[in-house]
Amino acid sequence: MGTTVSTTSNEKIWDGGNKPLNASYGKMMMWFFIVSDALTFSGFIVSYGFARFKYANSWPIADEVFTHVPFMHGQELPMIYVAFMTFVLIMSSVTMVLAVDAGHKMNKAKVTFYMFLTIIGGIIFVGSQAWEWATFIKGDYGAVKTKGGNILQFLDSETSKRVSVSDFAFLYSSSRDQHEKYNGIWYREEATLPSFSVEEVIAGMEASPNIVIRTQNLDENGHKTVLSREESLNILKSTGVSVVNGANLIENEYGVPLFANFFFFITGFHGFHVFSGIVLNIIIFFNVIIGTYEKRKSYEMVEKVGLYWHFVDLVWVFVFTFFYLV
Amino acid sequence: MAEHAHKLEIFRGLIKFKSNTQKIIGVLILLSIVTLIEVVLGIYKPAALNESFLNLKLLNWVFIILTIVKAYYITWDFMHMRDETSVLRRVVVWTSVFLILYLTFILIQEGGYIFDEFYDTSNYIKTDF
Repeated sequence: MGTTVSTTSNEKIWDGGNKPLNASYGKMMMWFFIVSDALTFSGFIVSYGFARFKYANSWPIADEVFTHVPFMHGQELPMIYVAFMTFVLIMSSVTMVLAVDAGHKMNKAKVTFYMFLTIIGGIIFVGSQAWEWATFIKGDYGAVKTKGGNILQFLDSETSKRVSVSDFAFLYSSSRDQHEKYNGIWYREEATLPSFSVEEVIAGMEASPNIVIRTQNLDENGHKTVLSREESLNILKSTGVSVVNGANLIENEYGVPLFANFFFFITGFHGFHVFSGIVLNIIIFFNVIIGTYEKRKSYEMVEKVGLYWHFVDLVWVFVFTFFYLV
Repeated sequence: MAEHAHKLEIFRGLIKFKSNTQKIIGVLILLSIVTLIEVVLGIYKPAALNESFLNLKLLNWVFIILTIVKAYYITWDFMHMRDETSVLRRVVVWTSVFLILYLTFILIQEGGYIFDEFYDTSNYIKTDF
């Protein structure tokens, strides 16, 4: 019993017999897949580590980037939402292992119930990740990019809190029109124009005396360097080229462009795994309901999909540490 | 079923559970506590752990060790590695651990080297202009 693959004769196929290492064919293959997938993920996470060591003195501080919690608008709550997501994924791992346990006891009702909870947990997690992405892409304060591709952020010198570009920049009415196919050269397009031009930011900064600039360089205590008022105006006038809002694959308002790229690729790759895990779970869930495994007298398929689901949780534990904590 | 017998002890036999379900709840509590410690350390970042050891802050070492602890219990108890034969366990764990450590060493070493080259004021590469 155990799998759909079985031979009727008792003779040994190879030296390990039908179940080498005492694991059935399906479970063994799942372990092979997990090892190779673990190496793919470690490739991603280690190259993230490479970028962090390369930009050791200018990498964005995750605590200052991921501060948002749904329904808590305007409050800075670092870590809280990611901790919630981690907890949701661990809980869905627990319901999965409870489903596997119920499967060993051939308890169809319990397997159905726990599989259902697992799927719900997975959906909550993927939804949270989509929300994180949306918040990250939209951005909040905005920043100015320099000729060298570095990011200048704005602070209130009295409260030393971040200030949004749109709060102090002047909006001239004479701003340039977006070049689109219908009003310009028909075979060319340009990227969406930023909300403000650098001239507008400079004018706004000159008018509000308590705005200073924070560069992306870290001091010896790991805080971002804050410039004096004169230095701030100087650097903005001499090097500022464009206003950046939010994040994309080319630039982002948080700092080094690679930061956003790794965020998109690592959490995206992981989110895709969670998504496919949910799809697999749903398939198995319906198989449980229609009694496939009851007839087969074994719930090993639940165990195999469980292995994959735990692996996804395992990867998140590492992503959580290296992206949000370290 | 006899073939699904589970090993029910964690911490090398210090805690022994009566059933598999109890063990799962026990491991859940352990993982939640570890995550809670990580989150609290991540929010407050105690200054005592700011010292550097092997080019990495002590706080980051604490995070990495706690992560490996969590990974161990997820693999051993949720993925039932504890109940597999020792050969299967070694094949899976040693292969990945060896390859990942090797990859980590190479890339982190190289990243550190590029950092030194980048911010060496005596050469011509500039990142801030």
